[in-house]
Amino acid sequence: MKRCRMLTGVNTTAPTRLPVLLPSAAATIGAARRERHEGTFRLNLKLWHGGALLLLLLIFLGVAEAANGTREGPWAILWRWKWFVLQGFGLNLLISFLAMALGTVAGAVLGLMQVSLLAPVRTSSWVVTQFFRNSPWLVLLFTVMLLLPFEIEIGDTVFPIPDWTKAVIGFSLPIMANLSEVVRGAVISIPSGQWESSESLAFSRRQTIWMIILPQCFKRMIPPWMNWYCILAMATPLCSIMGVEESVTHVSQAMAAEDNRPDLLTPFYSFLLLIHFVYTYPIARWTISLERKFAVKL
Amino acid sequence: MEAFFEWFRALYEQSGWNFVFIYEQYERERFITAMWTTIKLSIYCLLFSLVVGVVGAWAQGAKSAIVRNVMAGYIQVFRNTPPLVQILFFYFVLGTGLDRAGLMPTYDAGGYLEPMLGAFGWAVISLSFFAGAFNVEIFRSGIEAVPESTVEAAEALGYSRLMAYIYVVLPLAFRVSLPALNNNLVNLIKTTTLAYVIAVPEMMYTANQIWSDNVNVPEMMIVLFIFYVGLVAILVYFMHKWEHAMRIPGYGT
Amino acid sequence: MAWDESQPMVSINDVHKSFGELKVLNGVSFDVMKREVICIIGPSGSGKSTLIRCVNALNTIDKGSITVQGQEVHDPKLDKLELRKKVGMVFQQYNLFPHKTALENVMMAPTHVLKQDKAEVEERAYKLIKKVRLDGKERSYPGELSGGQQQRVAIARSLAMNPDVMLFDEVTAALDPETVKEVLVTIQELAEDGMTCMLVTHEMGFARELADHIYFTDRGIIVEHGPPVTFFTDAKDPRTKEFLSQIL
Repeated sequence: MKRCRMLTGVNTTAPTRLPVLLPSAAATIGAARRERHEGTFRLNLKLWHGGALLLLLLIFLGVAEAANGTREGPWAILWRWKWFVLQGFGLNLLISFLAMALGTVAGAVLGLMQVSLLAPVRTSSWVVTQFFRNSPWLVLLFTVMLLLPFEIEIGDTVFPIPDWTKAVIGFSLPIMANLSEVVRGAVISIPSGQWESSESLAFSRRQTIWMIILPQCFKRMIPPWMNWYCILAMATPLCSIMGVEESVTHVSQAMAAEDNRPDLLTPFYSFLLLIHFVYTYPIARWTISLERKFAVKL
Repeated sequence: MEAFFEWFRALYEQSGWNFVFIYEQYERERFITAMWTTIKLSIYCLLFSLVVGVVGAWAQGAKSAIVRNVMAGYIQVFRNTPPLVQILFFYFVLGTGLDRAGLMPTYDAGGYLEPMLGAFGWAVISLSFFAGAFNVEIFRSGIEAVPESTVEAAEALGYSRLMAYIYVVLPLAFRVSLPALNNNLVNLIKTTTLAYVIAVPEMMYTANQIWSDNVNVPEMMIVLFIFYVGLVAILVYFMHKWEHAMRIPGYGT
Repeated sequence: MAWDESQPMVSINDVHKSFGELKVLNGVSFDVMKREVICIIGPSGSGKSTLIRCVNALNTIDKGSITVQGQEVHDPKLDKLELRKKVGMVFQQYNLFPHKTALENVMMAPTHVLKQDKAEVEERAYKLIKKVRLDGKERSYPGELSGGQQQRVAIARSLAMNPDVMLFDEVTAALDPETVKEVLVTIQELAEDGMTCMLVTHEMGFARELADHIYFTDRGIIVEHGPPVTFFTDAKDPRTKEFLSQIL
């Protein structure tokens, strides 16, 4: 698509045909369309968000410390439990890695099925995609957690299936469906001329998809893929509802062990948010910078 | 109707598929209440989040820098933290805080005092603020898309400033905002399941109770899926129609 | 059935084609002999592009027949690979593969589709790029080339398959006026080498100079045809006259 320069430093993809609206109207509508196709909003974390969290943590620690009589100070308590909370966060990371890997592989297959020439394959994969895309994550999580057995028997040995592996599967389902849609969207965004010229050069359909279309889609798919990873990493604490021993569960266990002192509530949870932020922030920024870079080149 | 109920009882006796919430009156009432609760929750959150959005978009253009900064801070906090944390925070921190401080108004619920805001109320507040944070930005970008010259053109035709806003700016801004608003609404419906964590008796929570009492997890799961996917599908269908009817020719499809 | 050079290279017989309600081709017939260069001209929407795309089986036809070297193109049992080795096509929008360099664009189809030896293909690709006067641009990506340069890479890419017929679908229509000429020169050289060419074009001067035969289409039929000398000076049909008066 031809880019046209409207104002210095402002590039839009479409010339303004209606003087009634500013170019930002097209941008707003375009962003909504992108969000619909990618299935989520774009995370836009800023460094000062982390600063604000840190400030919150420090203020509440300070207030609690000042109001503290003879009891042990909240800072000492938080410090004592730090490894326990971080260990829980480690499980969040593990779940997010595995769910992303599983969801990516399954989503790629499902997405390619959505552009198949065979109508039954196309339709069934579309149904699966829409189904998992439109179900609430919590419902999917519950389903997998409750319907999978807690152990399986192969031959004589019994393999236990720990809760967190079920959570991995539960999280991978919505990731799969949304990435499937990302793949389909990227494939159909390639201009039809690419298909035609490949066809006239006698490429088979499989060759066209693997050698011509997908390599061009790749760059378009990276930013939404990374954004989905951030969303997933932020969503993993959901499985604490089913008792998976991750960070939120560990925080509440730690607080319970300290008699649920109300002055610990804010320090502990803002500490947890801060950990999540420190992890997600660089990825979210990188996503945005990659997208800008690709937008210039494509 | 009775025959329909009895058919499911027979289905259970013959095949073991236990759709208990259809043929047993107690479970049926609980189930219908839950459906109604989810729908009510969605509608309240939708309306309040729109109000938050409009007020917020107006506040973002306020003259006072304090108001603008508070608004910006609110948007950033609610956009970038998990809604789960938000719900827990509202209910446990604000809710218990107000209760302890004795600031929560109560009413007489037949002999004992109930706080005015229960779990349902807090869920509405927290989810409205969550969705509202997105709406503020959506409305603002919609209004900003209408150039000053359009307002001037309306004024030249004899419209007052206010009339120009009501008849020209807002309808245009709304059309620009509609697709993003619809996305947000679908997202909101899915997020209402989180009210589960503060024991609001909505679909997710009630389904959990029913399968705990009757040990019919697969059946309830099927019903949950049909309910939510159906709800979202119906919404999406009507929104597409609406968006199509409201589209601005020349601006996207 | 054996084919020899005395028979038409491309033979089009009573071709009909419609898109839904819209009839685009309404009984078109003509032959193209080996080494012949023909131009199809006509107002937009007259079906010229559709016709040329049918020769390559990019579009299907509803009725009639198209043969290339005696082989029916719209035979469901046709080996499309065989057809596309014979028939090269260049598009209005170039349609280069943007993620590959000019050289790779030229090399891709012979290495992957024809499974030819890579070193050999590379050598040939360098020659072809030189032939279209782009030596030195082998490592450039399509995005770094001008429209005219991209279009010449597209021509080289088609030639790499060693086609017997080349189809050009309004190849200069999307170009800046100053780069049109370099592409036309390339096509001219190709024609002088004896390549059978079918062109859909709006470049009347070029058609007059280069074509052996000109076909004028309107509303899905051939209204008038003839060699350039008689066609441009002695048009008989009023529609042709009107078109020529507008364009010349």
